[in-house]
Amino acid sequence: MTTVLIVDDSKLARIVAAKAISALQPDWQRLEAANAVEALRVIAENPVDIVVADFNMPDRNGLDLAADIRADHPQMPIAIITANVQDEVITRVRALNATFVAKPVTQEGLAPFMSGAALRLKKGGA
Amino acid sequence: MTVLVSLDELELDALTELVNIGVSRAAASLRKMVHKQVLLSVPAVEIVTRRSAAALIGQRETENLVAVEQEFEGPFSGRALLMFPESNGIHLVRAILGDEVSQADIIEMEREALAETGNVILNGCLGSMANMLQQGLTMSLPDVRRGTSETLFEIAAGHDDDSFVLFLYIDFSVLERDVRGYIAMIMDLTSLAVLKRLIASFIDRVTQEEM
Repeated sequence: MTTVLIVDDSKLARIVAAKAISALQPDWQRLEAANAVEALRVIAENPVDIVVADFNMPDRNGLDLAADIRADHPQMPIAIITANVQDEVITRVRALNATFVAKPVTQEGLAPFMSGAALRLKKGGA
Repeated sequence: MTVLVSLDELELDALTELVNIGVSRAAASLRKMVHKQVLLSVPAVEIVTRRSAAALIGQRETENLVAVEQEFEGPFSGRALLMFPESNGIHLVRAILGDEVSQADIIEMEREALAETGNVILNGCLGSMANMLQQGLTMSLPDVRRGTSETLFEIAAGHDDDSFVLFLYIDFSVLERDVRGYIAMIMDLTSLAVLKRLIASFIDRVTQEEM
């Protein structure tokens, strides 16, 4: 069973992301968190395989969260979702070996990340 | 407080998200103009009196503000403002025009440069929001005004200061440049009923589509 964690302070954005994910991978289990602290707790308590995180969140943003996750999970597929396509943001996304996905999330926009993640997990023996 | 129309939790969430996407795109445009990273806060969306809206900004500032303002009209109407402390205006223009331009030229071009910047930011932000709501909005030409948040929000200019408005704002700053300020939108509550309906259909579209 593959588990994907959706992190966004907006409930609507979580619903939209969950919808796109379930359309692409109906069998994957979906968990949700509303901020970075909650996300780290969910990851500590559950076998999370993939993280899809919003960039602009109160307190700690999605890139800070991705950096924290990377420390313990160097190979975990992570997508950062944002409409903020500034060079510095994209550069940090790449430096963290994460994937940039444009907001608002659509099935088409998320598909390349999802298939890449599925492949990576298969290769990793998940 | 007697507000006839109010937004429920998911509608407020959706509106905040629309503002977030609009402002994030606008920030990416501003990044191209100032060549430095633009930092944004999470948007705040509140229904408050016009007087309280002015106080929300005013209490955080000690000096006068300079604002680029555009009115927008369509199914919902209001005013969008890009505001910063007055002394930051010159810094922003300097960031855009580059360090090789003389101070005299910067001062001479300040108003025009501010209007142009405001136009890019405010159009980008409102345009994205209008598109996501599948509506057209007409924008007036940008106007540059100076004063306190009270004068900019037209308190005591014949408006009913205690009337409620929908007030959306976000803090921004430019990294390594002494520039920070606010992007704000003010709408009368007459627009709110329409906006509520548009937000509800937006929520339906993004959550109920056939999978």
